[in-house]
Amino acid sequence: MTEALLQIQGLSKHFGGVVASDDIMLDVAAGELHAVIGPNGAGKTTLIGQLTGEIAPQKGRIRFAGVDITDMPAWQRSMLGLARSFQITSLFPEFSVLDNVALAVQAHAGHSFRFWRDARSEPELREPARAALARVGMAGKADSIVSRLSHGEHRQIEIAMALATTPRMLLLDEPMAGLGPEESARMLALLRELKRQYTIVLIEHDMEAVFVLADRISVLVYGRVIATGAPEMIRANAQVRQAYLGEGDAAVLNHG
Amino acid sequence: MTAFFTVRNVFVAVLVVFLLALPVYTGLSGNSFLLTLFTRIIILAIAATSLNLIMGFGGMVSFGHAAYLGVGGYVVGILAYEGVSSGFLQWPLAIAISALFALIIGALSLRTRGVYFIMITLAFAQMIYYVGVSLNRYGADDGLTIQRRSQFAGLLDLSNRVVFYYVCLVLLLGTIYLVWRLINSRFGLVIRGARSNDRRMRSIGFPTFRYRLACFVIAGAMCGLAGALLANFTNFISPAMMHWTRSGDLIVMVVLGGMGSVFGPAIGAVALLVLEETLPLMIARLGYPLFGDLAVRAAEYWQIILGPLLLAVVLFARGGIYSLLPRGGRD
Repeated sequence: MTEALLQIQGLSKHFGGVVASDDIMLDVAAGELHAVIGPNGAGKTTLIGQLTGEIAPQKGRIRFAGVDITDMPAWQRSMLGLARSFQITSLFPEFSVLDNVALAVQAHAGHSFRFWRDARSEPELREPARAALARVGMAGKADSIVSRLSHGEHRQIEIAMALATTPRMLLLDEPMAGLGPEESARMLALLRELKRQYTIVLIEHDMEAVFVLADRISVLVYGRVIATGAPEMIRANAQVRQAYLGEGDAAVLNHG
Repeated sequence: MTAFFTVRNVFVAVLVVFLLALPVYTGLSGNSFLLTLFTRIIILAIAATSLNLIMGFGGMVSFGHAAYLGVGGYVVGILAYEGVSSGFLQWPLAIAISALFALIIGALSLRTRGVYFIMITLAFAQMIYYVGVSLNRYGADDGLTIQRRSQFAGLLDLSNRVVFYYVCLVLLLGTIYLVWRLINSRFGLVIRGARSNDRRMRSIGFPTFRYRLACFVIAGAMCGLAGALLANFTNFISPAMMHWTRSGDLIVMVVLGGMGSVFGPAIGAVALLVLEETLPLMIARLGYPLFGDLAVRAAEYWQIILGPLLLAVVLFARGGIYSLLPRGGRD
């Protein structure tokens, strides 16, 4: 068996008395879409934070593409091909859409100690950025100022920026959050298409989307992975059903 | 398409033409006071432009930027005192040593954010100020007179007021052009991106700290040059050059003129210093017919007018004077 692209071994993190990650073990194989679900407060955001390098774990290791990245700063992880999108939209609001994405391209096009040439006239930055925008269906809005666009459009730009870093793995933190039905459908179609090309770790509340998209699902409860497996296995898992009963989401598990 | 004849462009062009033509007017009218005033304005405009690079574009609000004015000035003053009067040596050294100070200050203070950053830059500037106070050999508190302005091997005679004025003006325009190139380059976009959303910058793969530090150093170097000019202008150095109120003045110039616009700080420098000169006169002149001597005494308190004016700009024109001029196309 080949080594998994992402390996999480015994990851633990607590904030005071609150255990956010409790000895998490998780492997994500190249090419799979691995969803992480769990009730509110299960530690999903803390897990993403540790994967991207914004939160340092107290114990455990993270390996990505054969490299131990546990102590790497966020920007180096991005260099290795780990890209993320944010749950709460995190863009450069006063810049144009194209500027936003071109910055992501620039980050991976050598160092930026270039002081003279107008970066907005460099085709080697603008072209790949346009391609990434076209990919998420935002090509027509390239010159709009980000702050003037809708939430749904922001979510799409989030994805385009992640794509523009030529990633090997996408960490998508609730890409469907706050989307209307129509936008959700569009995002779902996009994710389905991205799935064919990228390894994806998907953190998502939208159970329907998760069960449609995921190859495997891990369920996080109180910082612990209580189950990992194929969607139908997760749906049938008694422990998982119990964890969700309190929240009234078990119905979703049934017909999702 | 970017329109060329916008109100902003015309305003800036008029200002530049005015500055270029000023010595002609002062030469004809013999009004040397005006030339002196505008030489000072231009030098401080260079300092404000450099502050705007880190503050307006990089989001690094330094409350100790006058320190580099002092460092640049002291380099020139000390060298002159020790018998080195070549500008070819003095000026590059003033720039280099200011850059070095900025490197050290930046490396430590850029680890903090917001109010802490403001306070730590202020603290460093105060430290340098007191170093100046303790330099007994170089006049300590009282300062040091510079006997000879920087010498440029007979190419430039800085003791000629008009020549000196034009040297300062060319350097101001050069600084503004440099900043304009910088902020639109790859480097500049990283700096502006880090101001807008540093966390996102790191997550897309930028080690932002080193870029912000480099920007801080560039701004320090530019301000060091302004310091070298200021020392030559006044023929004098003293710790007062880098008093914290001077740092405050520079911030006011940037905010007044337009933070994050290339020409804003120069406009702010002109506005602030011209107001400083004319407000007392205006109060005295306009008030005299009504209040007599009272108005003359009231002129001392011209800041009572300046203060609310600044407040109005901050409250109603976030982008300063520059933003009040209608824009056309993109800036």
